[in-house]
Amino acid sequence: MTARLLPWLFVAFMAVLPLWMHDQYILYVLTSTGIFIIAAMSLNLLLGYTGQLSLGHVAFFGIGAYTSALLSLGFDLDLGGAEPFVLDPQPVWIAFLGGILMAAVFGWLIGRLAFRVRGAYFVIVTISFAQVMRMVALNWVDLTEGPMALNNIPPLTVWWPGEGFVPLYSKEHYYLLVLAVGVLSYVIIHRLVQSRVGRALIALRENESLARSVGINVTRYLVIATVVSAGMAGAAGGLYTHYIRIVDPDIFMFIYTVTMVIMVITGGKGTLAGPVVGGLLFGFLPEVLRDVARPEVQWIIYGAVMIVIIFFLPQGIVPAVGKLFSRKKKHPRHDARTPTAPRITEGASS
Amino acid sequence: MSAQLAATATPPVALEVRDIAVHFSGLVAISRMTFAVPEGSIVSLIGPNGAGKTTAFNVITGFLKPTAGKILYHGTDLTRLSPDRIAALGVVRTFQRTSIFGGCSVLSNVLTGMHQRGRTETWGALLRPRWVGDEDARLEAEAAEILDFVGLQNRADEMAGNLAYGEQRLLGIAIALAAAPKLLLLDEPAAGLNPSETEEFIGVVKRIRDRGVTVLLVEHDMKMVMGISDTVVVLNHGRIIAEGTPETIQHDPDVIRAYLGQGVKHAEA
Repeated sequence: MTARLLPWLFVAFMAVLPLWMHDQYILYVLTSTGIFIIAAMSLNLLLGYTGQLSLGHVAFFGIGAYTSALLSLGFDLDLGGAEPFVLDPQPVWIAFLGGILMAAVFGWLIGRLAFRVRGAYFVIVTISFAQVMRMVALNWVDLTEGPMALNNIPPLTVWWPGEGFVPLYSKEHYYLLVLAVGVLSYVIIHRLVQSRVGRALIALRENESLARSVGINVTRYLVIATVVSAGMAGAAGGLYTHYIRIVDPDIFMFIYTVTMVIMVITGGKGTLAGPVVGGLLFGFLPEVLRDVARPEVQWIIYGAVMIVIIFFLPQGIVPAVGKLFSRKKKHPRHDARTPTAPRITEGASS
Repeated sequence: MSAQLAATATPPVALEVRDIAVHFSGLVAISRMTFAVPEGSIVSLIGPNGAGKTTAFNVITGFLKPTAGKILYHGTDLTRLSPDRIAALGVVRTFQRTSIFGGCSVLSNVLTGMHQRGRTETWGALLRPRWVGDEDARLEAEAAEILDFVGLQNRADEMAGNLAYGEQRLLGIAIALAAAPKLLLLDEPAAGLNPSETEEFIGVVKRIRDRGVTVLLVEHDMKMVMGISDTVVVLNHGRIIAEGTPETIQHDPDVIRAYLGQGVKHAEA
């Protein structure tokens, strides 16, 4: 019962937070952490549920960010014809959806590739993919402005009765928008993994041969997982780009993928709450440390915390806490459930 | 039509293995294997280690492409199909070592095995219309029945990896049954079981056959093989050396020389 209510209590708490919490800086940290948590949740679908490690996950994040930025700013592109191709600035939500779609299309491509390459090869393919994307963003100056970055990206809007679409300039409002998208992402993953589709994905992680032998089309479900995961990472990228309102090729940096992986692994891969817990911890840790330690010491502590968690809670924080609770609950009945004992005596007597 | 007429005299052939050969870059794992599995029977494939039994299973279920020959299941050629397509036709196998999804609950193991019986896809899972809930409820009820059938009904919520070894073997069968097999291939299901567990297992396999499922069995436990098989096929060095009822096999001089001789003496001693 409490386990079911807990996520909603948490959401309710986060939703009323801006009512009494007026520190703009903390709201900023919460918002950017929230965006990364959405990205980490999308990574968790691949890494935690299908067992495929994508170390280029930031590519989908960046593709979402760039596509959404470009569609909302408009662009002209010389394709070698007489007239350059001109796209007028699009409404910001159309641009946002375009970013999700574009990331999902690339997710489909990577998912198809993963059919041929698994394990270490999949990791290498995804890393290379992210690097290629970074190169494209750096060098296709006509389109992306390269290292000069895309500036003045319009913020996302919200429809308000009587006022139409209002741009979200205030930190409180953008924070609530990120929270809403985060909740939606959580619900999507929750429903997916608890369905027939999710069981197929988990089967792929647990025992691929057995999954195939009961009729699960492994490729098909791997593609579904990468498409959903990439689209969600693209949405996070779109949120990011319209929040920061500037995007440059550094968005494809490897460290962002690593951050997502750390959030998923420490929180607990393959659990719904894992990326949220890990994300909040490692999103806030640098900010908390900033007040108490010198910069070089901050990163040492950051690393040490990570190692300690991995060392003592290899499954992650969420499964460890869950185990603690279930052990407490089951302990009184322990004597009643020793199922192997009668079997052994039966075997010995015959 | 003709199949129905023939059923009264000799049952129709469910599976036909025709001239199958498997070579691993020069090494001959199977050379020209031919045998048939009549519908509704239990056929055992026996032979010493390395005789090619598991290789034969891998070929039949599409995990391995044969170098030559054909596998016909009710006339359909299986040799070019992928494992999941073959499973969709009703040919389902278990594996020698791990035939379970260790990190999932026992119930969800069986539900995963029921994959082909569900229709829910991505949009259904996300929007959850009424029929998806109905489907889940129906599948869960069926899963409970299957657990009941193999005797694991009290372990539904347990993590599969935490089950005792014998129970894991039973769960492997339950997953395979969940995939609605018409032909079930069991790869050494009794390996590592104690005598009473083997006894229980024999009962389960017989009841599966009584449900109308054809069974192809690879097994080392001679008590089990001789106790339940309608036909025994003996493999040695990748070729079939004998085929017949358990009685004829037990008295076949070739078999006794190649394989069973030791086993029979042990059994008598």
